[in-house]
Amino acid sequence: MKNGLMRQQYLDLYYFMRLNRAVEDMMVKLFRQNKIVGGLYSSLGQEAVSVGTAYALEKKDWLAPMIRNIGALLVKGVPPRDIFMQHMAKYDSPTKGKDGTSHFGDLENLHIVSPISMLGDLIPVMTGVAMAGRYLGQKIVAMTWIGDGGSSTGVFHEGLNFAAVQKAPFVLVLENNQWAYSTPVKRQVPLENLADRGKAYGISSYTVDGNDVLAVYTAAKEAVDRARNGEGPILIEVKTFRRLGHAQHDPAEYVPKEMRAYWEARDPILLYETFLTGEKLLDEKSKKEMEEKIEKLLSAERDFAENSPMPPAEFAEQGVYCTGDDCHKIRPKWERPIAEVTPPRSSVAAVWTVEGFGSGKGSGGGSAPFHFGDTQKSEEKTEPATGEKPKDTEVSEAVAETIDSAVAKPGKVAGKVSAKPAAKITAKIPAKTPANARAKSHPAPKKSAKPAVASSKTQARKAGR
Amino acid sequence: MATAAKETNATPAAATEVTFLEAIKQAMYEEMERDPAVVLIGEDIGVYGGAFKTSEGLLERFGWERVIDTPISESAIVGAACGMSYLGLRPIAEMQFIDFIVCAFNQITNFVAKGHYLWNAPAPIVIRGPSGGGVHGGPFHSANPEMYFVHTPGLKVIYPSTPYDAKGLLKSAVRDNNPVLFFEHKFLYRRIKEELPAEDYTVPIGKAVLRREGKHLTIISYAAMMHTSLEAAAELANEGIEAEVIDLRTLLPLDEDTILTSLKKTNKCLVVHEDTKTGGIAGEVAAILCERAFGDLDGPLMRVTALDTPVPYAPTLEDYFLPNKEKVLYAARTLAKY
Repeated sequence: MKNGLMRQQYLDLYYFMRLNRAVEDMMVKLFRQNKIVGGLYSSLGQEAVSVGTAYALEKKDWLAPMIRNIGALLVKGVPPRDIFMQHMAKYDSPTKGKDGTSHFGDLENLHIVSPISMLGDLIPVMTGVAMAGRYLGQKIVAMTWIGDGGSSTGVFHEGLNFAAVQKAPFVLVLENNQWAYSTPVKRQVPLENLADRGKAYGISSYTVDGNDVLAVYTAAKEAVDRARNGEGPILIEVKTFRRLGHAQHDPAEYVPKEMRAYWEARDPILLYETFLTGEKLLDEKSKKEMEEKIEKLLSAERDFAENSPMPPAEFAEQGVYCTGDDCHKIRPKWERPIAEVTPPRSSVAAVWTVEGFGSGKGSGGGSAPFHFGDTQKSEEKTEPATGEKPKDTEVSEAVAETIDSAVAKPGKVAGKVSAKPAAKITAKIPAKTPANARAKSHPAPKKSAKPAVASSKTQARKAGR
Repeated sequence: MATAAKETNATPAAATEVTFLEAIKQAMYEEMERDPAVVLIGEDIGVYGGAFKTSEGLLERFGWERVIDTPISESAIVGAACGMSYLGLRPIAEMQFIDFIVCAFNQITNFVAKGHYLWNAPAPIVIRGPSGGGVHGGPFHSANPEMYFVHTPGLKVIYPSTPYDAKGLLKSAVRDNNPVLFFEHKFLYRRIKEELPAEDYTVPIGKAVLRREGKHLTIISYAAMMHTSLEAAAELANEGIEAEVIDLRTLLPLDEDTILTSLKKTNKCLVVHEDTKTGGIAGEVAAILCERAFGDLDGPLMRVTALDTPVPYAPTLEDYFLPNKEKVLYAARTLAKY
């Protein structure tokens, strides 16, 4: 198989989508029984997004869910009881009743960062996670999600821009479900593809059919691999549809019937089932076994959740501050020699000169880290200035790349961003895919075939104006 | 430490008189030497060494990975610092002027401050920057925004008045497991000097200090106004009024015990702060005294603060806006008569 999945992995994707839906179905029941304290948000019809993207992560990687990413939490290893208890405000829930919904995390084991209700704030936070992971030598990738609505917040842009200049190993999934509460995407953003926002930050982006779990997974896997390899952050737009209202209270009558009908006919679980059956990866018997397994699991998890007590009232007063080592022993996990980041090895010479900018005290050259353009690699590439080959002598490599980080490693990137991913992502999906929802890869701007050295001079001049 | 300083010129040798500004730099330098988990993040802090040169030389010594220049994106600075802290780092984020901290208000009050309470996620970050007026910086470079954050459970708020405290408290802030906001009054940056101990020391967060003993009334203050209060107290002594002066140093958590102990002795209280009047810490001190020491009060709690206006630009206007020694003297004399 082109996407490199093994049989069990195909079935995992199916299992987690089914589990995602079953967990949410059960919560609807709990909601109707008045057992859920606050609102209930649904990801019905968006399961392929949460599952397909999170499945591309490794265990050590970090994620931060949004409200409709229960599936991602399940893939990362959160037991369904935690999700039930969160919604029911139980004392045994991860936040012990202090917050609800998917607002919880786990720094120690699962590497999950809790969201807050204000949209976009996770983007710089996960950028920081990615930067810290790189600093500590952990080779992790950080992933978070944002909606079409959330992509218009200021902090979305601050965060993504900062991730881009830092070349942070960060993947942002832009879950375009067409609606921000009642406002359609066309009233929010004057773009056909929200992935185009990536161009503004000089990063690569993809547009993927979000109801096609294999397309989502394949794009996410490639993005995660590229981010891990130091290519910087990557934006994946998944086009999907929010089948229910903003939350349980909202009948979503503002959604046109035809639109709903179109997407309901493209249920991600049914589409994938058809594929799995066609490939003989799933038959009625194994499907039934899986259903029984999920039912059994969830009824036990629900019982546990229902039997958990409410938090004692006085608990409201506790835990505002960390009291020190007895409360949290905060120690980074170093996976690189500390000597690399402590003097004298961390010390850098003060040699930052930029043509047209005067010369500054700061540093560049050999000691500049990878996120300022892989200085050393570029130097290896540079040929001796002897022959007829034109060579930029006015702007140093490090500086040129600092100014135009998108030009770094042109050969590699250009190769990767070609039509290849598109072909991969649409592979083997039997259902009809609308033209605009077909997986597409948007290369980062300026990644032309032009050699980096030749263009860097122009870039420096442009930037100087 | 001494050898390190020689190598790089990053900090002056210890045990000489240093400015407030150099005390800040020393604290950051020494904490970065001590613990590779400490990193700096902010605008123009690397190549340029910071707008006030508080991080000058730190890039050269600790490198790009630990002294991180950022775009003009305060929310991203605080957000990234928070994310870094989740993996065990201890970032010190600089706001070029503390006025800009409100650009990251949501990130600080909703994300950083609530994490430990809600989901058991401590965020050991320090957000520091130059604050305060008196330098004719105008309405957007003179603010004292500390009280926005004193109203936010989960944060700690420090506002020191001396180089010794600045260094010791900044070190404590870096080592604290909670998000700490650290305000540095820029009027003091180069105006006061102090000899600092050569060895590593810290000053505890949440402890006020008695700067001058007295028996007739207590003046409670912090930051630049602490010095104004001391000047006023010296003059009051010539008139036979012995004022006790307390430097709060930390605004959140507030050291109620030190305040109450002094009040029980003097029975009169004057709060002096450069922050505007409504919602300033003076109101909180008044409430505490009413709740816990009402019977000990022999006079009204009085306050000398800035006006309830934005910080104006023209020197005539700003001088009128700010509290000063004369205003403190007037209030103290009035209070002493009770």
